[in-house]
Amino acid sequence: MNQQHSDHLLHLLHAHQRQHHFISDQAMIDIASRLKLPRAQVEAVTEFYSFFSRKPRGRFDILFSNCTSCGDAVLMQELCDRLGIKAGETRHDGVVSITDTSCIGMCDHGVSALINDRPLHSIDSNKISQIAALVEAEKPLDAWPTEWFEIDNHIQRTDLLLSTPFEAGSALKVMRDESIDETLEKIRYSDLRGRGGAGFSTAQKWKFCRETEEETRYVICNADEGEPGTFKDRLLLTSHANTVFEGMAVCARIINAKQGYIYLRAEYRYLLDSLEATLAARRKDGLLGNAILGIEGFDFDIAIVVGAGAYICGEESALIESLEEKCGNPRIRPPFPVISGYLGKPTVVNNVETLAAAAGIVLHGERWFRGAGTWQSRGTKILSISGDCCKAGIYEYPFGVTINDILNDCGAERTQAVQIGGPSGTLIDASHFDHCIAFEDLATGGSFMIFDDSRDLLQVIRNFTHFFAHESCGFCTPCRVGTTLMKNGMDKVCSGHGTAHDLDELKSTAALVSRRSHCGLGITAPNPIRDGLKNFPELFEQRLLHQKMEPEFNLDASLEEARQLTQRDDAEAHL
Amino acid sequence: MNNNADKIIKIDGVDVPFKDGQTIMDAALAADIYIPHLCHKPGLSPHGSCKLCTVDVNGRPASSCTMPASEGQEIANNTPALNEVRKSITQMLFIEGNHLCPSCEKTGDCTLQAIGYHLGMLDGHFPQFYPRREVDASHGSLVLDRDRCIMCELCVRASRECDGKNVFTISGRGTNRHLIVNSDSGKLVDSDIELEDMAAHICPVGAILIKDHGYEVPIGRRTFDIHSVAETDLDDVILTKVRHHDE
Repeated sequence: MNQQHSDHLLHLLHAHQRQHHFISDQAMIDIASRLKLPRAQVEAVTEFYSFFSRKPRGRFDILFSNCTSCGDAVLMQELCDRLGIKAGETRHDGVVSITDTSCIGMCDHGVSALINDRPLHSIDSNKISQIAALVEAEKPLDAWPTEWFEIDNHIQRTDLLLSTPFEAGSALKVMRDESIDETLEKIRYSDLRGRGGAGFSTAQKWKFCRETEEETRYVICNADEGEPGTFKDRLLLTSHANTVFEGMAVCARIINAKQGYIYLRAEYRYLLDSLEATLAARRKDGLLGNAILGIEGFDFDIAIVVGAGAYICGEESALIESLEEKCGNPRIRPPFPVISGYLGKPTVVNNVETLAAAAGIVLHGERWFRGAGTWQSRGTKILSISGDCCKAGIYEYPFGVTINDILNDCGAERTQAVQIGGPSGTLIDASHFDHCIAFEDLATGGSFMIFDDSRDLLQVIRNFTHFFAHESCGFCTPCRVGTTLMKNGMDKVCSGHGTAHDLDELKSTAALVSRRSHCGLGITAPNPIRDGLKNFPELFEQRLLHQKMEPEFNLDASLEEARQLTQRDDAEAHL
Repeated sequence: MNNNADKIIKIDGVDVPFKDGQTIMDAALAADIYIPHLCHKPGLSPHGSCKLCTVDVNGRPASSCTMPASEGQEIANNTPALNEVRKSITQMLFIEGNHLCPSCEKTGDCTLQAIGYHLGMLDGHFPQFYPRREVDASHGSLVLDRDRCIMCELCVRASRECDGKNVFTISGRGTNRHLIVNSDSGKLVDSDIELEDMAAHICPVGAILIKDHGYEVPIGRRTFDIHSVAETDLDDVILTKVRHHDE
């Protein structure tokens, strides 16, 4: 079986861009004809995903994270200045381009960037000057210091999943001696709920899919870990890939799927070789392919499809659209993917951590899992902790752990606020630190970002509104227009031009976007503003301009075009 | 089944019958109940993107054009609060594009404008985005003015589902979303669109216009000068009118 999927539209576009540094009009025509797709579909996909460009990018293409944990706009500007370019542009000699990008999942490694798909971390001023020199000398990346690219997983606390060794094939061997119904019952008794954050019952999802009439079914591992501040799947895919693949095979056996896919976020492309190697080893060991472990009719294989920079593809139906070589627009639901998913067939989409937990449950039994956690949230949760603390990294806790305990463990002091579950989650102040991580209290897909009292929290909230405006697919009106209105509103407040009226506008727009949007992105995009206004109203009020009248727009900024046209930038040309 | 006709949903307290497979919008239109909508057109697959048809079903928000009708649904539709939400969404559609009604050939025949009238919209409310969008005047008898495009994808679906072609697609993300043409040059002139196509006539705003036919019906006697957008049998009136503009 050819599992490379080199003919997938996203892969062809990526390969072309790596070679030619952009996707030309002719390339779109050629690729469309090679794949027998409409040309406009290729153009639409090229323009949808952030990592593709229709204008030439540099031979060193640097994507600097703009995340509050692994990004830094000042350092990015420093690099731009040293190399003599503006962010978002390519230098005229074609050597380098720098642009900012959404969180790249390196939040435990300090300031980070992707250089030609490879993550480079712990960037400081000193490293910026070295990077600039290496780029100017056009030294290939392989000649750069190797330790710059070495990624440690900073495992700070382990529990059920991370401390129990897992041998490839062990769960499947247990399953071989059980009936399919018995295995599904085990998952059901374990009360395993989806680890992506929504918490839907895993057994229920598998059961719905299994009960469909269709012949063909699919299992998809959602490894599009895009929520800023999350990097736990990076660890699972690095050190526990066999457990994850085994979870997929368990699911495949239960729902009778022959083909599985891992949808890997583009930021983790550097993991591709090791993942392919693990898959190859599993095929060699008879754990993938035909008649797995000699079980007649248990035929299953896994292919990896790599995304191209779109947070929305973490939404399961958008992910499926992307897998189908289209723009990642979330589908109308119902029907849900378990009924009509990939290629219209019943499809289970599960988070990486959910699949790993399922493999563990099959191997060790439901009691192993049920013993930990709360009665509504069984088992453990792997957290990615970053921000203002001494020990950022991976922490696995039983559900029910309090925020205070976590803050103590990771050495956080003078904590002003914690963002639980990333920008789409909940922003809490100290009065909530006695709450706990659980589906029934503070739910999280894994992101845990800490902000101490030295942080300008308004800038953090503003950063998050920029993130959502950038990542909105634009399918529905409330989210497409509303996320940009909220972004502009936060810009105005943060620049000191906001009035009480602007806060009222932010509130009403946030309420509309959150209630009337098409999918989870729009529903959660206003959370940072809503939580901010609720838990930290004084921060907003202090920043307001106490004047009776303030125009809707920034007068001085509006004159920028006139300044450019007249080539003036003197004091007289400013208000 | 015989009892199929007995199934009902309640819209604003009124019993509305529905058949299996119908959406809330289908049932409402059949019962002559108007739920504001822009991206929906009976006969084309439902889309659910404009969100003007947002309603509250047993207290939960839903798009009536995509939500299947099912027994027990109590639906709030024509309420002051929902119409206020719809007015905001209409304003969003206005300010994200460049809509200059007085100089647009579609004025009076434009559904976006008519919904603005219907909802009592008096201004754009939000700051204008003033986007820069390309005009495609390459075609002999059609013009594509993206300034007025509201991303409803009616032309996209009409081309695929009625005309058996694939002339239009939406490209880009977020506020960069825009309508593109499926030809090698990306220009309308190199596509296989024809004047007879549904896609050439279905645009609810002035984004796709027929050339050489301007101001044949005087302002004041156009569709929405005479009709309210809330008249639920207008779809045929509008399409007949635009497709046979010479008559």
